[in-house]
Amino acid sequence: MTSVLYDAPGPKAKRRNLIFSVVFFVLLALVLWWVWQVLDDKGQLEWSLWKPFTTADAWTTYLLPGLADTLKAASLAMVIALPLGAVLGIARMSDHRWVRVPAGAVVEFFRAIPVLLLMLFANEFFARSTGVSSADRPLYAVVTGLVLYNASVLAEVVRAGILALPKGQSEAAQAIGLRKSQTMSSILLPQAVTVMLPAIVSQLVVIVKDTALGGVMLGFTELLNSRGTLAANYANVIPSFIVVAVIFIVLNFILTSFASWLEGRLRRSKRGTGAVLGVEDVDDLNAAEVGGTHGAGAEK
Amino acid sequence: MFDFLSDYDDPSLLGAFWVTVQLTVFSAIGSLIWGTLLAAMRVSPVPLMRGFGTAYVNIVRNIPLTVIIVFTSLGLADIFGVTMGAPDDFELKYFRLAVLGLVAYTAAFVCEAIRSGINTVPVGQAEAARALGLSFSQVLRLVVLPQAFRSVIGPLANVLIALTKNTTVAATIGVAEAALLMKEMIENEAQTLLIGAVFAFGFVVLTLPTGLILNWLSKRLAVKR
Amino acid sequence: MKLRKVTAASAAVFALALTATACGGDDSDSGSSSSGGGEKIKIGIKYDQPGLGLKEPDGSFSGFDVDVATYVAKELGYEPNQIEWVETKSADRENALSRGDVKIIAATYSITDERKEKVDFAGPYLLAHQDLLVKSDSDITEATDLNDKKLCSVTGSTSAQNVKKDFAPKAQLSERGGYSECLSALQTGQVDALTTDDSILAGYAAQDQYKGKFKLAGLKLSNENYGIGVKKGDTETVNKVNDALEKMVSDGSWQKAVDENFGPANYKNEKAPEIGQIVQ
Repeated sequence: MTSVLYDAPGPKAKRRNLIFSVVFFVLLALVLWWVWQVLDDKGQLEWSLWKPFTTADAWTTYLLPGLADTLKAASLAMVIALPLGAVLGIARMSDHRWVRVPAGAVVEFFRAIPVLLLMLFANEFFARSTGVSSADRPLYAVVTGLVLYNASVLAEVVRAGILALPKGQSEAAQAIGLRKSQTMSSILLPQAVTVMLPAIVSQLVVIVKDTALGGVMLGFTELLNSRGTLAANYANVIPSFIVVAVIFIVLNFILTSFASWLEGRLRRSKRGTGAVLGVEDVDDLNAAEVGGTHGAGAEK
Repeated sequence: MFDFLSDYDDPSLLGAFWVTVQLTVFSAIGSLIWGTLLAAMRVSPVPLMRGFGTAYVNIVRNIPLTVIIVFTSLGLADIFGVTMGAPDDFELKYFRLAVLGLVAYTAAFVCEAIRSGINTVPVGQAEAARALGLSFSQVLRLVVLPQAFRSVIGPLANVLIALTKNTTVAATIGVAEAALLMKEMIENEAQTLLIGAVFAFGFVVLTLPTGLILNWLSKRLAVKR
Repeated sequence: MKLRKVTAASAAVFALALTATACGGDDSDSGSSSSGGGEKIKIGIKYDQPGLGLKEPDGSFSGFDVDVATYVAKELGYEPNQIEWVETKSADRENALSRGDVKIIAATYSITDERKEKVDFAGPYLLAHQDLLVKSDSDITEATDLNDKKLCSVTGSTSAQNVKKDFAPKAQLSERGGYSECLSALQTGQVDALTTDDSILAGYAAQDQYKGKFKLAGLKLSNENYGIGVKKGDTETVNKVNDALEKMVSDGSWQKAVDENFGPANYKNEKAPEIGQIVQ
C-alpha cells in the first residue's frame, strides 16, 4: 500500500530523496553526537558508573532475580489471560443476553481502571481471603491485576478479529449445518487468531512492561524495582535506567520476533488453502487497534 | 468514612484529577501531531525516514513508560538542561516534561493506528490522486489522511483511554496529579483499600464516557464503503 | 487443518511460558530451603537506603536499622540466620504489619499519631530530623531562606509534604521516585538541596561515589522518632522489643551501631532516646 502513495522515483525525485536522506542523516548524527558529548561532559560515561554491570554480583544479586520475577509474572499472566480473553470475547458476542451483558460489563469495567489499582485490590484480596504466603502474594497480586486488565483487552481484540471476518464465512458454516459452537471453534476462531496475531503480540508486550507496576507499591521485586536497590548501592542512577531499558527492549524484541516468525508460518499455511479475506488490511487495522489501546495500556 | 478527603485541599481530590485531565488533553494533542508525522515518515518515499520511523516506534513501544518519564527528568532536565521554558517554576517544568514523555510514548501507538488507517483507504483513492498529479505530501494531506483518520477513531479512542490512565506515571517525577495525591493519602492515612477505591472510581468516571462517546463518533463518521 | 496449526502454535507459547515459570520457581525454592532450619522471624526493612537498610551486592544486608533489628531479634530468641528480611516500602508498612507479613518493622519508621492508630510502636530507638543535603560548597545554613530555593525529595513522602505545607510552601520542590534520583539532580545543580531525614541523608553522603561532594546543612527542621513497628495490640512483642532496645543502649551496642553506620558520614546523631519518650 505504501508504494501506492508515491510514484516510482524518476531521476529528479531520486536526487531529491538522496538530498533528504543526507540532510536527515546529518541532523540525526549531529543530535547523537551532541547527546554523547553532553553525557561525557556530565561524567555519565565514567567507567566507575558502568563498571558494576561487568561484575557478577550486580547481575546475580539484583538484575537476574529481578528479571526472573518479571518473566515469571509476565508468562503466568500471558498463559492465563489469553484463554480468558478469548472466552470473554466470544461471550460478548453471544446470542444470549444474560451472557453478553455481564461479559461486556466485565470487559468495560476492567479496562477503565489503572492496572496498578487492580494489583492493589488483588493484593488486599489475597491477604484477607486466602492463605497465600506473604512471600508469594506480590506475584499473585501482580498476575491477577495483569490478567484482569489484559484479558479484557484481549477479549476486545478477539471480538474485533471475529467481526472483521467476512459474513460469508459464518453463513457458509451455517449452510453446511455446523452448530454455533462448531462454527466458532472450527471456522471463525482459527481465522481470527491468525488475523489478530500482531494485535495479540503487542498486548503481550504490554504485559511484560506492566509487570514493572508491581514494584511501585507492592514491593514485587521485578526488574525495575531491583534497579532501585542496585542504584542505591552503586550510585549510578542514569546508567542503571539505561541498562534496564535495554533489557526490556531486548526482551520484547525476542517476543515480537518469535511472534512474527509464528505469523509467517501461519500465513504460509494459509496460502495453500486459499486465503479467505483481505488479510493485509484487516490485520493491520487490528494491529493498530490493539497496539494503541493497550499498548499504551496501563502503565500506572 | 470519607472524612479524610477533606484534609486535603492543596491539591484537593478534584484539583488533582483536574491536573490528570490537563495532562491527558495536552499529551493527546501532542501525540496526535507527532504520531501523524511519524506515520507520514513510515510511508514516505525517503528510505532513511522510513527507517527512523520504524526504529522509533519499535524502541519506544518496548520500554516501560515509567522509564521514559524518568528519562525526561533525569536525562533531559538534569543532564541536558532542558527546562521547557520554566527553569524556576518546578510545577510547570515537570508538568511539561511529563507531557513530553507521554507524547513521545503515546505517539508510537498513534503512529501505528494511523498507519493501519492509511492501509484501509482503498488503493484506488491514492492512485486517482496521483493520476491528478498530486505530490506525495498532497496525496497524504488531501486524500489519504482525511479518510484514514475517520476509520481510526475507534483505535485512537483506545489510545486516549490508555493515555488517561498512563498519566498516573507522571507522579514518578512529582507532577501533582491524581496518583501522587493517592500516594500521599496512603502514606498518611494507611487506608489503602478505601483510598484506592476512591481513585479507581475517579478513573472510571474519566475513561468510560470518553470511550462511549468516541465509539459512537467512530460509528457515525465511518467511511461507508 | 488451520486450527491444528493454531493449536500447535499456542501450545508452543504455552510451553515456553511454562519453562520460564519453572525456571523462576526453582530459583526461589532453592533460595528458601537452603537457609532453612529452626523457626524464622520476618523483619521488614528498606533495601535501598545506605546507612539504614541496604541490600549489598553480595546479597547481605547492612545499615543501622538492620543492626537494631538483628539485636532485637536476638533478644527475642532468634539468631541472625533465623531472620528473614522482607522489603517494606513506605506505603506498605502498616498493611504488612496488620496482615502479619512481618513480625516487626525497622524501616525509618517515624512514630506519628495517624500511624499509631494502625500499628503499635516500640521505641523510639533513634531521633532523626528532617534536614538538607547540599553541595559541600553551599552556603545554606538557615531554614529561613528555603522559600527561594529548589528542593528535591521523594514523591509523596512525609518530608516532601512537610516542605509543601510547613517549611517552605513557596520553594520549588521536585518530587522523584527515589533519593538516588534526587542526588543526580543535586549533582548537576538542578536543585539546591535534597531534603529528608538527616539519618538517611548521612548514609548517602558517606557513599564512596559521593564522598566529599555533599554535606548536611544541620537544620533540624522536624523531629522524626524512629520506632519499631509491631502489629496493633501485640503488647507482648512491644514490651519485649522495648526491653531489647533498652539493653542495646545500656550495653553499648547501640552506640557501636551508630558509629559503624553513621560514623563515616560525619553525622552528629542525637543521643539514644528514652523508650516511650517521643520528641514532638
